[in-house]
Amino acid sequence: MALLSFERKYRVRGGTLIGGDLFDFWVGPFYVGFFGVVTAISAALGTALIFYAASQGPTWNPWLISIAPPDLSYGLSLAPLNEGGFWQIITICALIAFTSWALREVEICRKLGIGYHVPVAFGVAIFAYFSLVVIRPILLGGWHFGFPYGIFSHLDWVSNTGYQYLHFHYNPAHMLAVSFFFTTTLALALHGSLVLSAVNPPKGEKVKTPEYEDTFFRDLIGYSVGTLGIHRLGLLLALNAGFWSAVCIIISGPLWTRGWPEWWTWWLDLPIWS
Amino acid sequence: MKPVILIAMAAALPLTLGACELDRKTSTQNGYRGTGMNTVIVKSGEAAEDVPAPPYEMPDTEGPRAGDAYENVTVLSDVSVDQFNYTMAALTEWVSPEEGCNYCHNPANMASDEVYTKIVARRMLQMTRAINQNWDNHVQQTGVTCWTCHRGKNVPDEHWTLPVDQTPGIVGNRNGQNRPVSNSAYSSLPTAAVARYLLGGVPPDAQEIRVVSKTAHPSAANTLSVMESEPSYAIMMHVSQALGVNCTYCHNSQSFQSWAASNPPRETAWYGVRMVRDINLDYITPLAPIFPKNRLGEAGDPFKVNCTTCHRAQNKPLGGFPMLQSYPALRNGPIGEDMSLAPLVTPSAVPEVPVEEE
Repeated sequence: MALLSFERKYRVRGGTLIGGDLFDFWVGPFYVGFFGVVTAISAALGTALIFYAASQGPTWNPWLISIAPPDLSYGLSLAPLNEGGFWQIITICALIAFTSWALREVEICRKLGIGYHVPVAFGVAIFAYFSLVVIRPILLGGWHFGFPYGIFSHLDWVSNTGYQYLHFHYNPAHMLAVSFFFTTTLALALHGSLVLSAVNPPKGEKVKTPEYEDTFFRDLIGYSVGTLGIHRLGLLLALNAGFWSAVCIIISGPLWTRGWPEWWTWWLDLPIWS
Repeated sequence: MKPVILIAMAAALPLTLGACELDRKTSTQNGYRGTGMNTVIVKSGEAAEDVPAPPYEMPDTEGPRAGDAYENVTVLSDVSVDQFNYTMAALTEWVSPEEGCNYCHNPANMASDEVYTKIVARRMLQMTRAINQNWDNHVQQTGVTCWTCHRGKNVPDEHWTLPVDQTPGIVGNRNGQNRPVSNSAYSSLPTAAVARYLLGGVPPDAQEIRVVSKTAHPSAANTLSVMESEPSYAIMMHVSQALGVNCTYCHNSQSFQSWAASNPPRETAWYGVRMVRDINLDYITPLAPIFPKNRLGEAGDPFKVNCTTCHRAQNKPLGGFPMLQSYPALRNGPIGEDMSLAPLVTPSAVPEVPVEEE
């Protein structure tokens, strides 16, 4: 992979969090660093364990392979490998891999002297996964409550877990999360199409400036959030989508056990009219 | 961030928790690990220790039969006199603890059938025996007693009557839905699904709950519609609410209809639905002419049973306490015919031994 001619000057030493100069090098285009090594090891180990656990299961059909968490009777203790132990170790590998990846991003940010926005944003995604497989299981008292690692099986888990609360769409945090997900795609589509409309003109025409972009939205809805603002908005929307996803599953069980439509009876029971 | 905003957000935090359940939860696993079939609940309902103790030590089953010793004993006629009095004492405590024997009996003539509640009680005794003998697919060997439904009340708290058509007002007709009630789990689902499915009898009085279309397109043979799944869902919500469980107690949502993917309690529930229909159709609805007005619903039908009548938010009523063991007269013996609507019998003779007062 060829480096761009100017890229080399940004490859500066330092900025590492752990390991000093030891892992401060690149392999081809990739910065390695201590956390790159950790990511590679834990991701490889986790993936190998997925294949090993699958080999102990009844099928090699990629749709049906499922590595399930332990029975509820194991509570928050370790389970034998074939009875949920694989799931526990794979979960640990995944969390180490994800976190190391985020810290590797931090090291790159430090080298470049830029903000930590990317690792923070990725941290919200890790938090959502951490909520599903650690926070909620601990609050409910068993690793059993984590979701299984399998293509169909995790969908069945989502379905059954949703039905435990009758209608998950009435979960207020789920409402927020879904709204943010949709709004994120809306914002990205508007932003992407607007940028292309200005900077990707037909042959022979000039590229237009951001003033054209701003004017388009001012004409359309009376306001333009601006070139910097749209990225702030996009990040805000996307992070909220992940954050409220995490909240919506953490509260299901630990803070609410009945159907989610019933939660809204607080509105009917307000002293104003009840 | 401005301090004002921070303070406002901190102050709003307790509000967001205000609508949550903070009590201790109990978790059970309903299916194979990883399927997500679990029950997480805040335990409620009557426990075994709340069940009233027998009125006194269970007496002998030997000795003269009640039917021979007393006049006009028709259902419990085959049990011993001692057992009969013991059962009557317990029954009084369960159903009319305040009114006592006189709730059903004319104190001057215990054998008289003049009080309507006695006719009802007699039919209910037949029903109790029928449930314990014929519906063990549902009640197993735990069985039921009068207490299972009555819980110290003349009329069980949890009952239902047929809905009456509401005249559409200025805001239109709700079509029997969009009213958040417990029976539909506070959803927008139809509110009278219990009446649609648990009345007993043949369609259209009692319809099949299952809505599974076997063909892709509608045809003369397949007239099922998505709309019909709404009351089906609603009755399932009634069952869930009644038992304090969620869908995954019986079903794997991968396929609600598949028996192979379902849990064993689904079979118990299947018999339970048929048992409730039998109770309502054969034992309660025919008593309509006997009840006074205050014991009838708006449509003139008696107060009927549903899953909640016994279960009261527990998957096993009374926490599964085998109360019936102490009252063999409520299980064993002939059930007999329905004589509720026969001409009233008013024997003139006062019985030799009055039923014991509490």
